[in-house]
Amino acid sequence: MDLILVNIIDGLVTGLLLFMLSAGLTLIFSMMGVLNFAHASFYMLGAYFAYQISIALGFWMGLLIAPLIVGVLGAGVERYGLRRVHQYGHVPELIFTFGLALLIEELVQFIWGKNQMPYSVPEILDFTAFAISGNSIPAYKVFMIFTSVAIFIGLLYVLTKTRVGMIIQAALSYPRTVEALGHNVPLIFMGVFGVGTALAGVAGVIAGPVLGTFPGMAFVLGSIVFVTIVIGGLGSLWGALAASLLIGWITTFAKSYNIEMESILNGIGISTPDNLDESIFRDFWSITSPQIADILPYILMVLILIFRPAGLFGKRSS
Amino acid sequence: MTVSDPRIDPKGAREDEQITTDPSNPVERMRSGSMTLSLAPWVIAAVVLAFLPMVFTNNSTLTIMNQMSITIVFALAYNMLLGQGGMLSFGHAVYAGVGGFAAMHIMNMSDFFATIPLVVLPVFAGLFGMGLAMIVGSFSTRSAGTVFAMISLGVGELIAASSVIIVAFFGGEEGISGNRTYAQPFFGVEFLQQLEVYYLTAAWVVIAAALMYLWSRTPVGRMANAVRDNPERAEFLGYSARWVRFYSFVASGFFAGVSGGLFAINYEILTEENLNTASSGVILLVTFLGGVGYFFGPIIGAIAFTLLQTVLSLSTELWAFYAGVLFVATVMFFPGGLAGLIMMHVPVFKLGKSKTLIKPYLYTLLPAAIGLLGLAALVEMTFHFRHAATGDNEMTVFWMTFDSHALIPWLIAAAVTAIGLGIAKVTAPDLREAWSEANTAGGKS
Repeated sequence: MDLILVNIIDGLVTGLLLFMLSAGLTLIFSMMGVLNFAHASFYMLGAYFAYQISIALGFWMGLLIAPLIVGVLGAGVERYGLRRVHQYGHVPELIFTFGLALLIEELVQFIWGKNQMPYSVPEILDFTAFAISGNSIPAYKVFMIFTSVAIFIGLLYVLTKTRVGMIIQAALSYPRTVEALGHNVPLIFMGVFGVGTALAGVAGVIAGPVLGTFPGMAFVLGSIVFVTIVIGGLGSLWGALAASLLIGWITTFAKSYNIEMESILNGIGISTPDNLDESIFRDFWSITSPQIADILPYILMVLILIFRPAGLFGKRSS
Repeated sequence: MTVSDPRIDPKGAREDEQITTDPSNPVERMRSGSMTLSLAPWVIAAVVLAFLPMVFTNNSTLTIMNQMSITIVFALAYNMLLGQGGMLSFGHAVYAGVGGFAAMHIMNMSDFFATIPLVVLPVFAGLFGMGLAMIVGSFSTRSAGTVFAMISLGVGELIAASSVIIVAFFGGEEGISGNRTYAQPFFGVEFLQQLEVYYLTAAWVVIAAALMYLWSRTPVGRMANAVRDNPERAEFLGYSARWVRFYSFVASGFFAGVSGGLFAINYEILTEENLNTASSGVILLVTFLGGVGYFFGPIIGAIAFTLLQTVLSLSTELWAFYAGVLFVATVMFFPGGLAGLIMMHVPVFKLGKSKTLIKPYLYTLLPAAIGLLGLAALVEMTFHFRHAATGDNEMTVFWMTFDSHALIPWLIAAAVTAIGLGIAKVTAPDLREAWSEANTAGGKS
């Protein structure tokens, strides 16, 4: 029971982190209709910038400044890159962001090298917040949870309660009408792109110390983020939240409980073959849940796409 | 979910089904034009491939040419999806990889392998690639665009990740290896030497490329173009867009499998690297660099990329960085790729004005190239400055050895960059003028 509680907290941290990335990504998708492959790269840039700033000015300034730089960079990418490629159609846009992801990874390696950066949790948060029957929960995890929740509430407030949010929502569904009313829609798009990438930057800043700041960090999280928004339903903010938490909990629980395929199959009445070592299914029989924890989201995505192509919360559309 | 966009193009193509070429541009329209089946290019290609080993005799060159051939087959197969079908796949290495792994397992089934000649092994590999494509395609080809791309990525990641779990088929971390020489001798040839393997690969390239070209001329191949450009209209004509996509996907899976089989024959080992997303990314890069709008685009892309990879990776650690820059620049400025650049010059040649372009090209492109090399030198020096071990100040760029911590090399490199790019910037308007003049009929020639 205690272990379940610990896992719930761990899964919540992972899920909320995923959500900070997928929220920006899904906003950008519903706006431009293009999946930003480089989204996780902005997350990585956030971590690296924050590391560089934290050397000189400390962690908190990094948390403040790095997302701003990432957001400005993101807006620049939209303004000078995506807007240019947009005229060629959607597939080149996807290819462009894909190329950008490759390029940013190479660029990070070029500047900071291939090794992991010694970016660590600030001293003020480096203590144990509380313990659940011997399993200590670091204060930094609590901090991560509160930051993500605060950002989510802030985002929800801005989008639904403020004038700017109303205009953004309107621009998402009726860009031409909004433009006719005198709003600068391309500027709104650029702003949303910038805010989305800045959110990814925030995620990078707070995840860098725990998950490690290294050139592969974008790749590790990147494809999981796409999986998340596909499962949640492309363009749905609530879907992104639900899918992020779902994936966070599924992977955490799969990793901490060692469930063997053999016992599942035996449980449903299929007996283990006698000469297991020679059977071509021997690897299938010996699968354990920690082994496949990292590919569970992909399996889930393929199943979702087969049975409910619009995703959990997605509206059915062409 | 589909949000209409204020920046939608005026041509009215559905925004999620667009292609990279611009149908209003006469040069790009030509690609879908003639239905002529000319034998000449194939004969020339075959003859050139037959005589190349007499020019380049050493084994390492043969290896590079084999690598090129494998990439050509794979890139052409990939372009059946991307260029001809308008489907963007982020996990196509899986089909080549699974084909290759299947070929490897056939190589290791000594009794069966001894009864078939090695030359037919790629067919088996292709069939396995095709089988997998049939399974995946049954649900992934329901829609094109973003959804297809996402499924391809998910399935690609899934299979690449299972390769370390399902050890029986994929061999885990170390992959599986075999020996091609155990096959039944083919007219006495046992494929012990690199040259024999070269001829096998070359023959397969010509056959596979010809088959893929013929496929693109069949009604199914033509319908793939129609579905790419306007699926609704194709449906109204009575064709199922989904099935047309499915056929393209399956055919592409077959030829990707063939390329995997050729890989197995050449290298006699397959690992997880043949399946992962990085390989899928590379083939996308190769195809797009060559140009997706023309059948021969991927061929150019494969040749250029393999050369670039070989030459650059020998001389610099940063070759992936340059490849990335080149890729992004291609997407942003030349979405037609190398083939598009070449075909842009066809009207100029037809007008007989190609001579008027030589001088402006020389004046702009030569300084630009020198300036870019200077920029590359700066990049290399920065990299050396930041990452070389302390005390190791000596570095070599463009056959010149100097101290990367001294000021003078930096000044020289910066000056070369500034002057080269500066001249190019000054002469660029002349080039633009000469270009529009060369593309206009009549006038002075």
